[in-house]
Amino acid sequence: MILNRETLINLVLAALLLAVPFAADALGQPFYITLATRIAILALAATGLNLALGLGGLVSFGHAAFFGIGGYVAGILAAHAFSGEPLLFGLSGTKQMWVIWIVAAILSGLVGLAIGAISLRTSGVYFIMITLAFAQMVYYFAVSWPAYGGEDGLSILVRNQFPGVNTMRPLTFFLICYVVLLAALGLFALVRASRFGTALQAARQNEVRVATVGIQPYRIRLTGFAISAAVTGLAGALFADLNRFVSPSMLSWHMSGELIVLIILGGTGRLFGPLAGAALYVIFEYALGGLTERWQFFLGLILLVVVLFARGGLLGLLAGKAKHG
Amino acid sequence: MTLALALEQLLNGLQLGVMLFLMAAGLTLIFGVMGLINLAHGSLYMVGAFACATVAAWTGSFWIGLVASLAAAAAAGAIVELVVIRRLYDRDHLDQVLATFALILMFSEGTRWLFGSFPLYLDIPPLLQGAVALPGGTEYPVYRLAIILAGAIVAFGLYLLISRTRLGMRIRAGESDREMIGALGVDIRTLYTVVFALGAALAGLAGAMVGALQSVQVGMGEPVLILAFVVIVIGGIGSIKGALLGALLVGVTDTMGRFLLPKLLALFVAPAQAGMIGGAAASMLIYIVMAVILAVKPRGLFPAAHA
Repeated sequence: MILNRETLINLVLAALLLAVPFAADALGQPFYITLATRIAILALAATGLNLALGLGGLVSFGHAAFFGIGGYVAGILAAHAFSGEPLLFGLSGTKQMWVIWIVAAILSGLVGLAIGAISLRTSGVYFIMITLAFAQMVYYFAVSWPAYGGEDGLSILVRNQFPGVNTMRPLTFFLICYVVLLAALGLFALVRASRFGTALQAARQNEVRVATVGIQPYRIRLTGFAISAAVTGLAGALFADLNRFVSPSMLSWHMSGELIVLIILGGTGRLFGPLAGAALYVIFEYALGGLTERWQFFLGLILLVVVLFARGGLLGLLAGKAKHG
Repeated sequence: MTLALALEQLLNGLQLGVMLFLMAAGLTLIFGVMGLINLAHGSLYMVGAFACATVAAWTGSFWIGLVASLAAAAAAGAIVELVVIRRLYDRDHLDQVLATFALILMFSEGTRWLFGSFPLYLDIPPLLQGAVALPGGTEYPVYRLAIILAGAIVAFGLYLLISRTRLGMRIRAGESDREMIGALGVDIRTLYTVVFALGAALAGLAGAMVGALQSVQVGMGEPVLILAFVVIVIGGIGSIKGALLGALLVGVTDTMGRFLLPKLLALFVAPAQAGMIGGAAASMLIYIVMAVILAVKPRGLFPAAHA
């Protein structure tokens, strides 16, 4: 394989994300490990969205719904495991991360299938607004349903477990998230190169042509949307475990907006766009938050400038235009 | 459940619908003419409310505050259009969403900067205080009735503006073919700014009127913005008629759902549970209505001819 500039930058990004927590651990600065974990999880969530938005051109403004559903799966399963009360049909809760991940991904994927089935009948602005509205529906449901904390959210008393390791150690939990992120990036690369991924991208570029060669764009998009939802849901489960807390704010439309922002900051449709964007976003948030209480104002300003003048995001800036698109 | 209570809830639903119409009309007009999706519309609503509360506190007059809210929201809209929005007309919807999302962050944090985190309060003007008796014995606040009336007047005014004036003719022409009216010598850039400021003024008016019912605070525009999106999606994006009917439908469905669903469920399950399930179901009701309408008519009830 010839090492082109983008691959090189991707490798550097992946290595940097791995190196920082080890350095922080050696220096006894666990806060930076948490920051890196946050970057990895947000990058994972945005990688999910990148499947729909970057490859399929589906501007979903409702991916917070899947992120939050994943989070609530982790919270609710852990709460039931803790209290010993059976959940549904006599099934008990669990504190095993891998079980939670599977449930989170499947449940978000199914909700994604339902939301996508209706939303994908429309396109353009309608699609943006409908995905937003469905996410709000889930949000209001979480707020008004008191069984799992309602507006106050739900705490996870002890972080869920993974066989053979101690997840309470920040570095260990980071490594788990990092491996999951790499797996998701691998999935993204596989999908992009597959026949299915080619059809998905083709449906973005020219819907009529795709239909003419005998592929139904609706089905392709729906499948892509559901996979995308599942990956973002998985990230939500990890995010809940990172904070040991899940609340309706994970479902809010600001979260949906942030996920889109991550992709745009990094570079739409690019493999490492979400990671570059998440790193940039978390660093901005942290650095600006240290400088001024009004960091959101400046974040908005930076974002505005990026949208108006620096299209292509960080990877566009560093690695030039995307080769395919 | 008495009839009077139901009537009161129906009027509340109408009042919500009227507010939503003021928001949705601006959104749908801006989308129809410029093809732009504006998330920052809720911020203009907030600007209107803050302007009204501040000026009313200075001068002691709600009415001067109301005028100030129109002026402030229109001015904010015009400035935003001139500086940011007009760079976005040629961009795809994704860029528009992001740029206007960035504007929300700036507006919200900027307002917090200027006014602090504490909510402001706005009193109902003396002329509209008090209540009127409804048939059935309950009383209904005059102010809410005034809002419904004001909304009806604005809706009629907007209808006259669009169907009877030269500006309205240009707006309609802009909706059907943007390039052509430019070619015919209409100053399209000014037209866009005017339309944007008009939409902003409507949002500001809504914010000021609601400001006397709730507290005036940062973030007040966001729930309304999302409901307004639901309204224009149901009504058909670009259609003012659709916005009006969609707004009334959403306003009445939401209010009556919150009122009736818990009562309806109480017939089947224990009252405490009925309240919980009914409350949760009612908060989802309008989205379910939207999903059903879209499943049948993906372009809304009154799809605009083009777009």
